Parts: sequence; C-alpha cells; structure tokens
Amino acid sequence: MGERILMKGNEVIAEAALRAGCRHYFGYPITPQTEVAHYMAKKMEQLGGTFVQAESELAAINMVYGAASAGVRAMTSSSSPGISLKQEGISYSAGSELPMVIIDIVRCGPGLGGILPAQCDYFQMVKGGGHGDYRLPVLAPCSVQEMYELVVEAFNIADKYRNPVVVMGDGYLGQMMEAVTFRDEEPIYKADKSGWAACGSKMERPHHTITSIYIEADVLEAHNQKLQKKYAEIKANETRVEEFNCEGADIIVTAYGTISRIVKNVIKDAEKEGIKVGLIRPITLWPFPSESYAKYADKVKSFLCVEMSSGQMIEDVKLAVNGRNEVKFYGRTGGNVPSQNEILEQVRAIAAAK
Amino acid sequence: MMHEIILAGFGGQGILSMGKFIAMAGLEEGKNISWLPSYGPEMRGGTANCNVIVADEEVGSPIVNKATAIIVMNQPSLEKFEHYLVPGGVVILDSSLVPVMPKRDDVEVYAIPATKMAYDLGNATFAGIILLGKLLEVTGVVTRESFEKALYKILPQKKHGMIPEEMAALEKGAKY
Repeated sequence: MGERILMKGNEVIAEAALRAGCRHYFGYPITPQTEVAHYMAKKMEQLGGTFVQAESELAAINMVYGAASAGVRAMTSSSSPGISLKQEGISYSAGSELPMVIIDIVRCGPGLGGILPAQCDYFQMVKGGGHGDYRLPVLAPCSVQEMYELVVEAFNIADKYRNPVVVMGDGYLGQMMEAVTFRDEEPIYKADKSGWAACGSKMERPHHTITSIYIEADVLEAHNQKLQKKYAEIKANETRVEEFNCEGADIIVTAYGTISRIVKNVIKDAEKEGIKVGLIRPITLWPFPSESYAKYADKVKSFLCVEMSSGQMIEDVKLAVNGRNEVKFYGRTGGNVPSQNEILEQVRAIAAAK
Repeated sequence: MMHEIILAGFGGQGILSMGKFIAMAGLEEGKNISWLPSYGPEMRGGTANCNVIVADEEVGSPIVNKATAIIVMNQPSLEKFEHYLVPGGVVILDSSLVPVMPKRDDVEVYAIPATKMAYDLGNATFAGIILLGKLLEVTGVVTRESFEKALYKILPQKKHGMIPEEMAALEKGAKY
C-alpha cells in the first residue's frame, strides 16, 4: 500500500478513472464536479489520452458513446441538471449495451436549483431518467477513499456486463478532502471486446454494428429479454451493502453517502442514551440491497430513512420491508443537510413512542 | 482525541487554505482527517468557512456538529458559529476585524489583532497564520513541526522562500 495522500473527492474520481485505464474523458463544467474535468485536463495529456471539454452535456455523453463503441474505457461526469441533459444518451448507451462510467455529483434541484449538496437525483439515476426499460448499476460511496475504490469497480462492472455504470455522490463528497491510499496495482477486469467493438474490421471480419434501434417487435422484445437477463445477473452478483450495528438494534436507520456517516455519529450519541441504533448503508442503490431490510423487518421497532431529499430512496426501503414494519422518513432539501442533532431527535422520538 | 474545528471569515482571507494546512499537518502526524469547505454562493464576497476534523479515531461525519474550536475573521461568522462550540471550547478571533466579543461565557476566548499584526509584519496575508499560531498553542491540534511540513507540501515551490516568515508569524500568534 502506498502513502496516505490528502485529496479532494472530485480529484480522486479522476485519478481513480486514470488508474482504471480510462484514457477518454468527455465533460462539460458544472459545480460541484468541475474539478474532475480540471484534473483530467491536466493529466490526460501527459498520459497520451483524450480529454475533450465538449460544447454541451449532450455532446459529451455522445462522445462517450462513440469512444465506448470503439471498445475503450471512457467516462463523463456532471452534476444534476447536466445529468438530465445526458439522459437521452444514457438510454441509448444502455440500449446499445455500451460499457462506460458516468459520474453524478449531486446538487439541489429541481430545475437549475442551487449548487449545494443533495441526494435528489436518486430517482433519475436509480429509476431510469431516460426512456425505456433499462437499468444502471448505481454505486454510492461515502468517503473519498471509497470514491476511489468504487470508481475503479464501476469500470470493471461496466466492462463485465457491457452496461453503463453510475457513481453518484452528494456535492460534499466531491468537494471534501480526506486521506486516500492508492493501490500499487488496480484489479482491472479485462474484457474481451473483440466480438462487438467497432474498432476497425480491416475488411477481415463482418462489420460490428453498435445500435439501439430494432424496428421489428419480436426482435426488440428479444433484445429487451436479453437485457433483463443481464440485469438479473447484475442483481445476483453486484449488490453491495454495509450493515453496521444492526444485530439487536431497536431502530435501524438507513442512509447512503455523506448522511450515512452522520448516522454513525448518531449511533454513538444514541448508545449513550441507551438506544441501540443500527445502520443499513446501501453501497449499490441499484441493485438495491433489499435482503438486508427483509432480514431485520420483524426484529426492529421501526426503520428510519434519512435523505438529502424529500424522500426518494424510501420507496425502495418500503418495497424491501414489504409492509412488515413501519418506515419513517426524515429529509432536508435545498442544500441543507440533516444534522446529527436533527437525526438524533428523530431517533429519540421513535424510541419514546409506544 | 477528536478536534472539530470551524474556520470562518470573508472569501479571500485564506480561510480554506488555513483549513488545508491543519488537515495536511494532521495527515503528517498519521491522524485521521477531513476537510469540508463551504462552496455555496456565499463564497463570492460573502462568508467562507470550512470544517476540519483531526482525530486519533475514525472520522465519522465530516460535518462539524459540536466544535472544539473556532477561528473567526469577521463578525457574521462569530454570530453564526459561536453556538456550535462545546462548553469550554476555544474561540480565536481577529480583533482587528471583529469588534465584538462572543455572547457565550462558557468558552475560552482569544482576541488577537491579527490583521494589524500582519500589516506590521509587512504582509497582510499572514493574519490567518497568526491566528493558527494561537490555535496550535492552545489546542495542540498539530505540532509546529508538522505544520511547517504541511506548508512545504501545500504551497507551490515559488512560495517556499516565504515559509520561514510564515513560521515566525505563527510564533507571534502563539505568544500573543
């Protein structure tokens, strides 16, 4: 293991992508993720890769589509309103089964909203955003170190399943600095893309066509069934979750990203008051770690879902709990972050209720 | 021990860099650290602040809930952040810029005319370093040696020549 280095979350995203072998980055600036592009602009030239500041988000995602079609590791990054603009390209990429990594450092909305941190992109990233029956693995780091590890992982998952993969973090994760330790060598999944990538046939094999258009109903249905089969496989293999202090807990709080760390502080505070609180932290928002909730559904007094939104992930939590227990909610919006004291108040109220 | 520090003032006073110096010095000592800036629209000419945590144990939330120390370089910041302090917490304020004292009477207050002292030293940008000198002195969050190492790591090469002067300013703040 190398030394601990002080780095900003956004810079770590870029460094992780480079370490994962990404040599094609296309972006368009937007707070709070612009440092990803800054870092890429500086490093990509030295590494002999391609950095393009595109003329728009639409252009950027379609450049990624092009690069991924040729079989190289490619990435784009943006923040909420920019991701909205990319959704068409994301749907096309999912339909064309293109491996790529999309970073969303979430800010508060809707509309232009503001630049402060939020988690209100859960629906747009986890539930689609673009049109059609597609799924994207969505990885949700909670620290700068995990940001590094999950970006590398995202490239591997993308290549393994030929699918776009999202790494989503709230604005704080992009902006904060923490110590990060890089591995000497990355665990890179080496996919054989020779069977599909459009990287030049040299007239020695039939052309490879990258497309998402299937005019015939049965052909398109067969394509959809193939996609669904792949999604089932991703669900079976790639679900990631952290369960913390859940055994014997009276209350389980669930949160992802920065909020999960605030909850860990709340757990210590509550412990001092004799309230045993656990945390379920989804690391993959899709596939959602439903089993973790099901496991404790009959054992706890209540679940509490805390988000920097008006309540988005809670829908998946409720599906997982499946009516077997109540799921309470606490959220802040507009760039406000649920504080340790506010969450502790919620926990106290649940503990005090009959 | 967990030091939870809020640094606040106007944008342009070097608040975010001051936080970085502490975080980097903490890292030099093998501590667990986090640095969280305010990056909202308030940075443009308004208030800027950052949360820095330096701890032996794992850092949970990077957002300071109960501050062990605050450094304030303007009056709005004092009003905004003094209630974050734990009882017995430390307030270090630049009395050249903050004409009032904290309302709290259960905290330790160090009022240092840092901006004036910095002008007297011939470099207005030293105000923050002077205040950090007092922070190191009274909280022991990091040692001066690791602070100096942090300066060398963070400041660009062309500014390394100034570091001895910065360390002298740090000393002045510590002894004030």
